[in-house]
Amino acid sequence: MTRPQTPAREPDSQARKPAGATAMRLIVPLQGVVQGRGGLILGSLIPCALFYLFQLYAKRHRSPKPGSDPVSPSQSSSNLPELHRSSSRSNLSSRGSIGRVGVSSRASSIAKPNDSPYYIGLDKVSEDPYDRFDNPNGIIQLGLSENRLCFDLIEKWVSENLEDSVMGSDGGDLSICGIAAYQPHDGMMEFKVAMAGFMSLVMGGTVTFDPQQMVLTSGATPALEILCFCLADPGNAFLVPTPYYPGFDRDMRWRTGVELIPVHCRSTDNFIISITALDQAYIQARKRGVKVRGILISNPSNPVGNLLPRETLYNLLDFVQDKNIHIICDEIFAGSTYGSEEFVSMAEIIDSDVIDKNRIHIVYGLSKDLSLPGFRVGVIYSFNKSVLAAAKRLTRFSSISAPTQRLVTSMLSDTRFTLAYIETSTKRISDMHDLFVAGLKQLGIKCIMSSAGLYCWADMGGLIRSYSEKGELELWDKLLNIAKINVTPGSACHCIEPGWFRCCFTTLSQADIPVVIDRIRKVAETCKPSS
Amino acid sequence: MAIEIDDHQQPSVELSKVAVSETHGEDSPYFAGWKAYDEDPYHELNNPLGVIQMGLAENQVSFDLLEEYLEKHSEASSWGKGASGFRENALFQDYHGLKSFRKAMASFMEQIRGGRVKFDPERIVLTAGATAANELLTFILADPSDALLVPTPYYPGFDRDLRWRTGVKIVPIHCESSNNFQITPEALEAAYSNAEAMNIKVRGVLITNPSNPLGATIQRSVLEEIFDFVTRKNIHLVSDEIYSGSVFSPTEFVSVAEILEARKFKDSERVHIVYSLSKDLGLPGFRVGTIYSYNDKVVTTARRMSSFTLISSQTQHLLASMLSNKAFTENYIKINRERLRKRYEMIIEGLRSAGIECLKGNAGLFCWMNLSPLLDEPTREGELALWNSMLHEVKLNISPGSSCHCSEPGWFRVCFANMSELTLQVALKRIHIFMEQLRSSTLASNQDYSGCRFLVLQVARQPI
Repeated sequence: MTRPQTPAREPDSQARKPAGATAMRLIVPLQGVVQGRGGLILGSLIPCALFYLFQLYAKRHRSPKPGSDPVSPSQSSSNLPELHRSSSRSNLSSRGSIGRVGVSSRASSIAKPNDSPYYIGLDKVSEDPYDRFDNPNGIIQLGLSENRLCFDLIEKWVSENLEDSVMGSDGGDLSICGIAAYQPHDGMMEFKVAMAGFMSLVMGGTVTFDPQQMVLTSGATPALEILCFCLADPGNAFLVPTPYYPGFDRDMRWRTGVELIPVHCRSTDNFIISITALDQAYIQARKRGVKVRGILISNPSNPVGNLLPRETLYNLLDFVQDKNIHIICDEIFAGSTYGSEEFVSMAEIIDSDVIDKNRIHIVYGLSKDLSLPGFRVGVIYSFNKSVLAAAKRLTRFSSISAPTQRLVTSMLSDTRFTLAYIETSTKRISDMHDLFVAGLKQLGIKCIMSSAGLYCWADMGGLIRSYSEKGELELWDKLLNIAKINVTPGSACHCIEPGWFRCCFTTLSQADIPVVIDRIRKVAETCKPSS
Repeated sequence: MAIEIDDHQQPSVELSKVAVSETHGEDSPYFAGWKAYDEDPYHELNNPLGVIQMGLAENQVSFDLLEEYLEKHSEASSWGKGASGFRENALFQDYHGLKSFRKAMASFMEQIRGGRVKFDPERIVLTAGATAANELLTFILADPSDALLVPTPYYPGFDRDLRWRTGVKIVPIHCESSNNFQITPEALEAAYSNAEAMNIKVRGVLITNPSNPLGATIQRSVLEEIFDFVTRKNIHLVSDEIYSGSVFSPTEFVSVAEILEARKFKDSERVHIVYSLSKDLGLPGFRVGTIYSYNDKVVTTARRMSSFTLISSQTQHLLASMLSNKAFTENYIKINRERLRKRYEMIIEGLRSAGIECLKGNAGLFCWMNLSPLLDEPTREGELALWNSMLHEVKLNISPGSSCHCSEPGWFRVCFANMSELTLQVALKRIHIFMEQLRSSTLASNQDYSGCRFLVLQVARQPI
């Protein structure tokens, strides 16, 4: 079936005020001198010269610096395509011109085409999507973390409970009464109650969530952005362990003006964050004069799929406590765990300790665990009353549609269904994972031990020609255009070690796996690295 | 591992400037009135002495038409293709939006304008409400510290929606009662110069047409002048046409789209229209807004930025069939208009017989009432004192002109479409008695309206 294009997301750039403004302040009074107020020759020649010199200086500093080569993502340490210094005041200099009306620098930075492999790959698949029968030579999608394994369960619930009605049935009544009017922006209380119950279930039943500490948003994307707006000012930064979800670059930075500082994790640590690395990153930021406002982690991790051990969570809490900063935990894959490791939510950790909870914020959503990305349901769960108050007000820009609230409330309140769903879902993800990882193993490709997520983190370092980002992208390109599979290269996720790829397998059926493995094999055979 | 905390040593963790700022404006009278209503809401049977909400511009007069449609067209509210329809829909998170829905919106917007203009579905960007649409456009058209020019009086929510997260300023275009608050070229120029004098870069003009809170459409000649102005200054024009379907007479609304078509779209890349289903269709809970832009770059950018404010695919699907049903929409628009006109006439007549004049309006869910003769002093304080009495003694929540930045004190916005006719009658009765008491007593001195304390009781006891 054709996969419609996901919202493409871009890396963004920060706008900065140009130096031109200061220059203008010098020029204008000089112009006065030049326009004949000094009668003497010297009096007019020298200012003239000065004037033109300043003009030259100002012109050179007013023009925007070109971005770095857009084709290859920049080194992980400098984060993404160069910060684009476009002049928001460029229209000032074109006084009286009837040129094209300008847009803001925020807009200019994003209007250019996608240049991250993450988005390029998604675009390509939508142009030529694989279908076992209709398009067997199309591109197989392994770049979209969506769970399509359990729709039969959802559809069964829909047919039993909604009687095919989009509106949902309130006792069989199709009335839109009660949901047409303005609702609280941050979601109806019944919905919050149902969501709190679902989150508790999904996270193993070891922690309860208080609906009063919840703010509901139209997806996890605005949930993260809203938290960012509440916790940091433009120019501030968040520390983010790498590799991380490429979407963070847009969601966290674009309109907020906040910086993301990658903190590199290594395969030797199983890509688990080390406090030493965090500390170093924090100190380096301080040296640069950048104020770090918090840490952003995803647990279960995207793209690696591992779970943070309890010990690490405690260490992270120590760290943020010590630095007096925030921690945002994106737990959106909490319900997609399947291994023997246990998932520990940040909410559970702080339940058992006396610490300042005001710095803890959790993000959740129904796009992954419940496969409802189209319905736009996200959660901010915070222990900080001021953050909740501010976030509540900000949800006016990102509220969940009322009919959807009602439908999903009814779904989540059916605990018989949700329990059975999570059990079955995690089993099917696990089976698919095992099959896929075994298939890769046949090709000599190992994956990081993972017990969560809808993907595996595969080491294809053995297949790349030069052990570098360039080599990795060459392989990615081959996989996309020759093998015709779309996987996400580690560099798009800011991974410091080349050769790692995220492969999502929950949009496949079991029959597709041999096809994928076969295609990779063909490319692998042509990829014998130079010894 | 336990973590020892010494509360006295650690300063609490800081929040951002956005989080602690007051720009959300929720401490203004506009919102204070809502709080009073929430605490003591009027109910015909359960709480006849409560506060009647006349500060909320919500359209409840045509609800039955929607319900009737859904009853008759159950296939419209089905997933189509049974279960697989649900799956496709639940997975659909493309920020382009459902094509069928965009087409339906385009067609609905065309119908509202009597078929006088055409809208291209490819230029429609979907957002979760017009609130988000206006904020999005501001992010796109202006940088922090830049400004948008907005004619006064304006919707109080703009202070928050256009400024809070965006860091953009609003510079008012002052309009006066002497010419019915119409926007003049002089006022436009004055606002622009004002901004220049403060060293603020103006990026655009934002108008609401039909106007909130005036409840009147902007005349064609004025629209032409505004368009000429923005063209001369090479800036943008945002036209918030959220009340376009609530114009009482079909011939009296001119959309900026018509101006552009008449000029064969010359200079049109500076124009952007905002629309929503919250007012005309009475579905604010659904969170459906759109940006229609004549500028390709703005369309592309807005679309990408709409990721932060997507409309649920379920809602898009549900509304797509409803809005494509031309018979339904023609009928709805026609009947909605008539009912709103009838309400308007009812309130105007009721106010007139109480001795209160309003601005001549022809659209919207409210009227713009002139209580300046009642003010003890022609100041903002005088207006707020009167507002306070209206709220606590007469128990009506109406919106004071000062919260709409009106340059003349004494004007109030009064909503009439968010209640039953009966409730409206009760409200009018209370006003009537209030005015009588004012005239017959010495209440007017010292802004002391406390004699109205038992007013609501009197009204409650009277037959309507």
